[in-house]
Amino acid sequence: MTTLVNESGPEKTRSSVPEKRKLVIIGSGPSGYTAALYAARAMLEPVLFAGYQSGGQLMWTSDIENYPGFVQGIAGPQLMSDMRAQAERFGTVIRDEYVTAVDFSQRPFKIWNTLPDDVDPESMTKASSEELLEITKRVKEMEPAFEAEAVIISTGATSIMLDVPGEKDFFGRGVSTCAVCDAAFYKEKETYVAGGGDSAMEDTMALTKFVKSVTIVHRRDAFRASKIMQDRVLQHPKVKVIWDSSITEVVGADKVTGVKITNLKTQAVQELPADGVFVAIGHKPVTALFADQITLDEHHYIVTRQSHSHLGVAAAQKALDEKQLVAFPSMTSVEGVFAAGDVVDVRYKQAITAAGQGCSAALDAERWLEGR
Amino acid sequence: MNDTQTKQHAIHFSSEDFDQQLKDAGDKPVFVDFYADWCGPCKLAAPIIDKLAVEYEGKAIIAKVDTDKNNDISAKYGIQSIPTVIVFKKGVEVNRKIGFPGEPVYRQMLDKAVAG
Repeated sequence: MTTLVNESGPEKTRSSVPEKRKLVIIGSGPSGYTAALYAARAMLEPVLFAGYQSGGQLMWTSDIENYPGFVQGIAGPQLMSDMRAQAERFGTVIRDEYVTAVDFSQRPFKIWNTLPDDVDPESMTKASSEELLEITKRVKEMEPAFEAEAVIISTGATSIMLDVPGEKDFFGRGVSTCAVCDAAFYKEKETYVAGGGDSAMEDTMALTKFVKSVTIVHRRDAFRASKIMQDRVLQHPKVKVIWDSSITEVVGADKVTGVKITNLKTQAVQELPADGVFVAIGHKPVTALFADQITLDEHHYIVTRQSHSHLGVAAAQKALDEKQLVAFPSMTSVEGVFAAGDVVDVRYKQAITAAGQGCSAALDAERWLEGR
Repeated sequence: MNDTQTKQHAIHFSSEDFDQQLKDAGDKPVFVDFYADWCGPCKLAAPIIDKLAVEYEGKAIIAKVDTDKNNDISAKYGIQSIPTVIVFKKGVEVNRKIGFPGEPVYRQMLDKAVAG
């Protein structure tokens, strides 16, 4: 990636004095917007940083059938724009920008939203953790944009890539992480889906509307997706499954022409013709920005007192109050910093659980701010 | 959109008029957003594309292609993921961005094309 000069942008015009806020929310999925809704109704006047790709993972989802209240289902982008509007209705200030650095070492917490002029604006999503750490060091030499008494982190999760030869070269030219977005470009084509969870099943179903065939490549001998999704996929005449296998190379010239598939039990490799490869092997939490400031678990999830892990249990144990209840369950290892949604959730990762956690975090933040 | 009277939105190109539009642009850069109505990230890009169309009026041409209705031209440029934006100068592709990267990246692409 070449380094480009950031010529212009709204951030240049802001004043150099940090804006003081009670609460800043970082992230714009179901948890961020729900936290903002509750916090705004509690008159905390939250600022929410939505990033450039606001709305989170559901922006890449077609029909959500398991979010209660929508009998006929609802389109992901619609649900997210409605949640955003609802949060704004009660006074949330939404900034479609990335947070570029945070300092949680003292209160008020400091939050930056600018990058040095010579840094590629796509770095926030594309740089490695090490590169990001270098960038944030330089960002912190500038004046922060905001000072916040409390912060809620709801930065969610992002797709894990296969990390095999050819994958990066053909991204957007046959390799995709969004079947819902790109299925229509694969009419009567041979396609492959890597993965075995709900998102792999949803990708497969989205593809069946257009393609000649979908072959799911899964590294185990059974899917971990919900039963209803598995049944739909396995009964579909266009769908085949290659079990116990991984896609180990994407092959092509201008665009994808084939995939190499390795059987993980026998190590046998076969090359098959392919026009499209859809990657749905899971997600990883977006926490690089916070890695040196709050406790993360071994898989880089943020640890709160309600994390479903040994670290979460230990944190909860330490936070028992005089009534033997866990105080501020959504609080991270830093007092005043809370976290919610897929960035914390090692287990459920649903829109509704993320929204629920966003609510908890806002209520915890409100109570914590009142108690100081 | 309720502000169509005050804002000049991005114009629409089709498979039929695409080549002619590039010709008519002369030396001006042409920034084309390939999109579809059902694409979530395209919805995020849309208001920014419209805003840039106003801002760069006279300096660059900012256009949209609905990939659902214009299969031919989308296939010709190998569009397999949306949004994809392509910047043309004198009919030749000079830059391409797949996926919605955020407003600053689109601005950079435009500024670079206008300057160079």
